[in-house]
Amino acid sequence: MLLVVILFLALSLLAYVLFGGADFGAGIIEVFSGRITRKTITHAIAPVWEANHIWLILIVVILFMGFPLIYAQMSLYLHIPLVVLLLGVVLRGTAFTFRHYDAIQDRSQIYYSFVFKLSSLVAPFFLGVITGALILGRIDQEAVTFYEAYIAPWFHGFSFVMGVFTCCLFAFLAAIYLVGEAETQAIKAHFLRIARNANIATVLAGGAVFLVAEWSGLPLGRMFWHSTAAFIAVVTATLSLPVLWWSLLKEQVVFPRLLAGFQTLLILGAWFWEQFPVFLQYADGTYLSLVEHAAPEATLRQLGLALIVGSLLILPGLFYLMKTFKAKRTVIKDRA
Amino acid sequence: MEDLLAARMQMAVSLGFHIIFSCIGMAMPFLMAISGYKYLQTRQQVYKDLTKAWSVGVAIFFAVGAVSGTVLSFELGLLWPTFMAHAGPIFGMPFSWEGTAFFIEAIALGLFLYGWDRLHPWVHWSAGVVVGLSGVASGIFVVAANGWMNAPAGFDWVNGQAENIDPVAAMFNDAWFSQALHMTLAAFVATGFAVAGLHAILLLKNRDNIFHRKALRIALTVGAVAALLQPLSGDISAKDVAERQPAKLAAMEAHFETSQPAPLVLGGLPDEDKKVVNYAIRIPGMLSFLAHGDFKAKVTGLDAFPPEEQPPVLVTHIAFQVMVLSGMLMAAIGLLYFLLSWRLPHLLRRNWFLWIVALATPLGFIAVEAGWTVTEVGRQPWIIYGIMRTSDAVTAMPGLAVSFYLFTGVYLLLALILVWLMKRQISTLPEKYPSANLKEYVTVH
Repeated sequence: MLLVVILFLALSLLAYVLFGGADFGAGIIEVFSGRITRKTITHAIAPVWEANHIWLILIVVILFMGFPLIYAQMSLYLHIPLVVLLLGVVLRGTAFTFRHYDAIQDRSQIYYSFVFKLSSLVAPFFLGVITGALILGRIDQEAVTFYEAYIAPWFHGFSFVMGVFTCCLFAFLAAIYLVGEAETQAIKAHFLRIARNANIATVLAGGAVFLVAEWSGLPLGRMFWHSTAAFIAVVTATLSLPVLWWSLLKEQVVFPRLLAGFQTLLILGAWFWEQFPVFLQYADGTYLSLVEHAAPEATLRQLGLALIVGSLLILPGLFYLMKTFKAKRTVIKDRA
Repeated sequence: MEDLLAARMQMAVSLGFHIIFSCIGMAMPFLMAISGYKYLQTRQQVYKDLTKAWSVGVAIFFAVGAVSGTVLSFELGLLWPTFMAHAGPIFGMPFSWEGTAFFIEAIALGLFLYGWDRLHPWVHWSAGVVVGLSGVASGIFVVAANGWMNAPAGFDWVNGQAENIDPVAAMFNDAWFSQALHMTLAAFVATGFAVAGLHAILLLKNRDNIFHRKALRIALTVGAVAALLQPLSGDISAKDVAERQPAKLAAMEAHFETSQPAPLVLGGLPDEDKKVVNYAIRIPGMLSFLAHGDFKAKVTGLDAFPPEEQPPVLVTHIAFQVMVLSGMLMAAIGLLYFLLSWRLPHLLRRNWFLWIVALATPLGFIAVEAGWTVTEVGRQPWIIYGIMRTSDAVTAMPGLAVSFYLFTGVYLLLALILVWLMKRQISTLPEKYPSANLKEYVTVH
């Protein structure tokens, strides 16, 4: 059952990055485009963002039930970035909802939009910071000072560049998705432009992640280089970018989305594969592992069962939800 | 502020905030579904408009509930990592099911809110019912996990470590049923009375309005039925607590000394140093009866526990009195409503009755907050009853006061915005929904 649980953890991470990430990315895009994209973004996110958000809750539940020590140690040493991430999550969700449902459209919309955009940047950035801190290896159980224990583990160039990479990736995913949602050619062109810029930024930030890792003494590049599977995955993801652009310019809707999702799968998969089973790296070289620090088998059995039965219940519903609101967009486009 | 106190306060504020949205998420979809059902049956526009107007409220509150619930799932670790390192594998199971229920709720809500003209009317309506059912299921799962903290089960505690973990036994602990029943009913009471009260206030300004009267009738009926059932569930809970957590019962009742028979202490101000209750009314033998079903039974007092294992009495006792009093008032209003509407055909047009309902608007949520104070403060000093102390579970990270003030500030701000948003929703009802202007003039004598 441990394998099932780990698989679900990985899938939930992927789903959160793809769907939750695209929702955050839409907020980031709004930072760079102002009012013209607002309607498309609102229509695209409103029916689905809560469902997309629940992948995060699933990740937390799998961690605290299946890998309690990892969850506890993360919560202890990465308390500060986790709190900032949470504030970002709360403010993004509420500001978006308030903006969408407020009965009177007046100056308050400006404040909602400001908070929505700001928190759409803050939350993914700190998600990246936390991910970076988990592999960076500056978490020190022997730390004495407040700085050493609770700030040093994440306050570092590598975490920050991971944060930037996460923001770029999310904006890229959102742009690819929103191209197919655009109501007019002008907005579509705008999203294509954003997608191009975000694409370039993601590749650059991805390169920066490896560079900064190298400077920080983290052999990330060499790890990828030595693992054939991970190396091939990253290269395939990068080399398939021209295919993505060709299909986007051919005005295809579904294929670019699938391809961008597949590229994300490759990158995340390579990272997960490379790290596995390490989840949290300590400063002294020891680590917490998904295999050795898992909960007892009785717990994993129940967790795995809940996840399997749960997904059998959820996936048809999720599919139906997406399908119902996909049809609507096609209608609007035909009319336009 | 001391770190342990800050952590407890932050947890209390976060739970106290989130619980409002959980209650609304459990009960409000059913109000919406009743109105939707009436629309599909009668095809009266007013029911469709009411369903839509309520669903906007549900959407806003659901979103805030979703994010404040996420905060809680992280806060368990951020504030109580030692607790979670031990408890996660034992009591995590209901949370794993809650995830599923919540997911289904989000999907169904998406379909309901945005599927008005896209889905078959009955499919659409069913989506609304599914929102409510999964909301109730979510609530029950979370309360079952809390029940485990009160009635730990499904493991052996050996040298400070849990062994022989059985998550199923942990989930179906001795407290899960009584707590889940009490909470679910409370959600319906609180939401029913709050919604009814809101529409009663609007009716006081506009007594002939059909829209608000229909809304009031649905909400008050649901709230009143639940309020009348709640004392039965309260009785089950009281007997259960007397059995399992005598110290909590003693604190609730400010019962300092073990006695046989034991009097019921109504109201009063407990003095924890002198171990007396000032200004209280005592009913002889009543506590014996309520706790054990026998007027002569012995009821364990706080003196049976060492001082370091006694819960705070003042807070627990007052919170308990507030909860019971609010519950009784609402049950009385419910009874009045059913009895009078049978005799007085135009009860919902009478100012005095509308005033009563309007004044009862916050009562249900006051009872919910007070009830949670009772169960949480009454469990102290334990985080896992009899196994782990709250003070041993708190995070080692210092400076927790900062995050307490931060989250309190954010939640306060959100609460204010929500009130303001609701006012704006209500003020635009007449322009959005033509039926919200419909009037029916009847002379009431």
